[in-house]
Amino acid sequence: MISSLIGVVFDGLAYGMLLFLISVGLSITLGLMNFVNLAHGAFGMLGGYVCAVATTHWNVPFLAALPLAFAAAALTGVLLERVLFRRLYRGSPLDQVLLTIGLTFMAIAVATYLFGSQQQALHLPRYLSGQFSVYRVDLNIYRVFLLAVGLVLTVALTLVVDRTRFGAAVRAAVDNPRVAEALGIRVALVFQIAFAAGCGLAGLGGALGVEVLGLDPVFPLKYLVYFLLVVAVGGTGTLKGPLYAALLLGVADVAGKYYVPQAGAFIIYAVMLILLIIRPQGLVSRS
Amino acid sequence: MNSARASTRARPLPWQEALFWSLLVGGFWLWPKHLALASQVLISALFALSYDLILGYAGILSLGHAAYFGLGAYSAGLLATHGWGEPLLGLLTGGCCAGLAGLLTSLLVVRGQDLTRLMVTTAIGLLLFELANRLSSVTGGVDGLLGVEIAPLLGVFRFDIYGRTAYGYCLLVTFVVFLGVRRMVHSPFGWGLRGIRDNTGRMLALGYPVHRRLVALYTASAAIAGIAGALLTQITQFVSIDVFSFNRSAEVVVMLIVGGAGVLYGGLVGAAVFTLAYHYLSGWNPLYWQFWLGAFLIAIVLLGGGGVLGAYQRVSHLLRRRLERTAQA
Amino acid sequence: MSIRVFSAPLLAAAWLAAGAAGAEEPIRVGMILEMSGPFADIGRQILNGANAYIRAHGDKVAGRQIELIVKDTTGASPDVAKRLAQELITNDNVDFLAGFGLTPNALAVASLATEARKPMIVMNAATSVITTRSPYIVRVSMTLPQVTAPLATWAIKNGIKSVYTLVSDYGPGIDAETTFKKSFTAGGGKIVGEVRVPLRNPEFAPFLQRIKDARPQAVFIFLPGSSEQPVAFMKGFAERELNKAGIRLIATGDVTEDGVLEAMGDTPMGVVTTHHYSVAHEGSQNRAFLKAYAEIAGPGTRPNFMAVGGWDGMAAIYEVARRLNGEISADKAMDVLKGLRIDSPRGPLFIDPETRDPIQTVYVRRVQKVNGKPYNVEFEQIPDVKDPGK
Repeated sequence: MISSLIGVVFDGLAYGMLLFLISVGLSITLGLMNFVNLAHGAFGMLGGYVCAVATTHWNVPFLAALPLAFAAAALTGVLLERVLFRRLYRGSPLDQVLLTIGLTFMAIAVATYLFGSQQQALHLPRYLSGQFSVYRVDLNIYRVFLLAVGLVLTVALTLVVDRTRFGAAVRAAVDNPRVAEALGIRVALVFQIAFAAGCGLAGLGGALGVEVLGLDPVFPLKYLVYFLLVVAVGGTGTLKGPLYAALLLGVADVAGKYYVPQAGAFIIYAVMLILLIIRPQGLVSRS
Repeated sequence: MNSARASTRARPLPWQEALFWSLLVGGFWLWPKHLALASQVLISALFALSYDLILGYAGILSLGHAAYFGLGAYSAGLLATHGWGEPLLGLLTGGCCAGLAGLLTSLLVVRGQDLTRLMVTTAIGLLLFELANRLSSVTGGVDGLLGVEIAPLLGVFRFDIYGRTAYGYCLLVTFVVFLGVRRMVHSPFGWGLRGIRDNTGRMLALGYPVHRRLVALYTASAAIAGIAGALLTQITQFVSIDVFSFNRSAEVVVMLIVGGAGVLYGGLVGAAVFTLAYHYLSGWNPLYWQFWLGAFLIAIVLLGGGGVLGAYQRVSHLLRRRLERTAQA
Repeated sequence: MSIRVFSAPLLAAAWLAAGAAGAEEPIRVGMILEMSGPFADIGRQILNGANAYIRAHGDKVAGRQIELIVKDTTGASPDVAKRLAQELITNDNVDFLAGFGLTPNALAVASLATEARKPMIVMNAATSVITTRSPYIVRVSMTLPQVTAPLATWAIKNGIKSVYTLVSDYGPGIDAETTFKKSFTAGGGKIVGEVRVPLRNPEFAPFLQRIKDARPQAVFIFLPGSSEQPVAFMKGFAERELNKAGIRLIATGDVTEDGVLEAMGDTPMGVVTTHHYSVAHEGSQNRAFLKAYAEIAGPGTRPNFMAVGGWDGMAAIYEVARRLNGEISADKAMDVLKGLRIDSPRGPLFIDPETRDPIQTVYVRRVQKVNGKPYNVEFEQIPDVKDPGK
């Protein structure tokens, strides 16, 4: 009984951590720059395909393919930011929605053209597959890996934002871009880097997610709801908010499906609704 | 949310409106081979009009509006499978059921800000979809409700394979509802809504019953969406739970933005432009049409915001100024 | 008198000319398929299969050209499917409606087929009720109950007494679950647990855990083919070592369908499935099919059972054209189609004249490596299986 409870909580946390990893980039772009990037999933898909192609065709080891996925998504983000997104920072969110949805459609078509519409294979290295037992609880190795990566990433990002000069520059630029510019902070550059990081994280999340979520050209639209869910429940502009939200939703979803499978489909949306009604500004809101 | 631009937009001139609707009526002769497509455009237009009410005029962004569309669709469908196939009855029932649902859910929706409201509406839409799937013994689930037989309109006009009756029916309903919405928007109620969208705080300070008005608006919007859904069931004589799908909710958002939110004709124009682009692109290139559709959407944004009608406004404004200048010279 | 003598050959010439002019008109086949969106793979496979048939047998039959008009429903959109069918009938004057990868799209079009009297060839959609919706519908694929019932029988025969069922919570899944439960319990087996997973379900962990707790001898699953779910499930199954716990995995062939088998890696090895088609099937028709398919879709791509549906659908259309000498009339076409025997890449295929559903051999297969690549290797067959309950 207890061991199954621990197992369920572990699986829930791992699933939640994956949700966090694929959504944290959106929290950054939406929260820091108020840019509604519905093409977030497309960056995730890009990272996923880069990782899949690198490991399958170029024999790059999985752990080395992950930073490649990050880089590819980040670079694409920078490119798109300069060419397209920059014009819409001060525009209506509706226009941002339309633009990024248009981009998503184009990305889906390109992915279909390049890779076909079927599921993409990703072969994990042997040391990341399988499970091991701890006190009669079976823990899936890849999920432990996801939890570890998530924690490391959260700590690293928090340190960057809170303790580095760049982090301070980002916070300043978000709070008051004009004054920040006057103080010598190159706001445009700071935004560009932050945006790139957000997209890169999306790519990394996508690559990490292939093993669990699969990968096909419709990825960006299929999981769009989940990204928005995590960011809305968690609150935009923070890292901890989406983290708590993702973990909470993950555990609720997995535990719900384990204990009450008949209600399986409803649980995650019902929990989201309840959390949004109780705390409309998000679990952790910016002051 | 585009408020300044929207409020300075001029109303369409009477001759423009007359031309628009005459064109639609002329559809029987202008596009007789595409009446089925035109009917679906009208239904999307009606749905987009209902969405314009909450997004364009009250600033509520929602990704779950298909919930009301679906409720209307299933009301008409279930009514028909139980023997009441008269279209107008189904329409009325659809509108009422959806409106009631809108009234109940508006309590959840009218509080909170943008992102929260967005996700609350999305959650409602998704929950309703899953509920409809769970109740597949009633709804037919993804495979759909069988035996939806719609009686001839007013006992006389059979729904024919060329889609003539369907087109006339959809056109009439859309026109009537449009007139109603137009009346509402240009009434004190409508101006109050614009006030709420532009500056809620000030409206509250003025003692305006903001909350009540938003509930009324949301209910009306849901009812119209329900009517659109009922229409779809009636002209296709089929309904399945895809009427509740997230895709449908997302599509209406795109349509409205393409046309121009906050303008009365925005939904109609947007639905037409989007559906026609979708139809012709997917027909021209069944494998990769999404690429061109995406590029098309981006192009519309790059035209300068406010969708197609916004661009039209700017172009006609420019032309008028140029004409004035040459007249002066 | 002279006029009569003159007019006869003139009339004959005119009639021949008219007939010849009619023969110049192509036979139009309206293909209503899911070419984009989440089900894009279905449409592509079917279309490739149909085009492969045309490539292998030439694009002319009975003196007339075959023309495929492909329309994209963009997914499970019955309203779009119906409108496309309407346009194909009134604007393009098609002789046949074909395709239909998904059930709701087929069901929406059924009444049109009846009203316009056009033969409707269902090349994939697998829900039983479809063929009852119009007397002009013929199905060349399979029905889900048809391939599920033999699996239950096989399980009983091979000593599996307790099964846990896991299916997707929608029409085909519920169909599969109902059929399996009925056949399995009728044979003396016990269903120790059942669960329906939501359509949108990225994480199978909780369900796998429940299965592990229940300790059945086997798990029966149905998950939609061409999606990420079968892969995700099998990966989880292997990673959580359910197979090492002595639990077998049995399923309908949708889960290990040939299009996704290679992407699954080693996870599905040993899984036993029942279905009507495997790429590894030994037969001359299959060899011809695979060769033509490779020419259409490129080498290294595998066709699956949906492509075979496309191939056999075209075979039926060609046969109708041949027997009616190019003059397609709906009722005569239906007479040809009912009771039609097709030598299919899957094996023998017979269209039941009463139900217009396929009667075919269902194969029991195991996933094995042949020349280093995974295949569904057939090791048992049940011939002449009808759709149960019809």
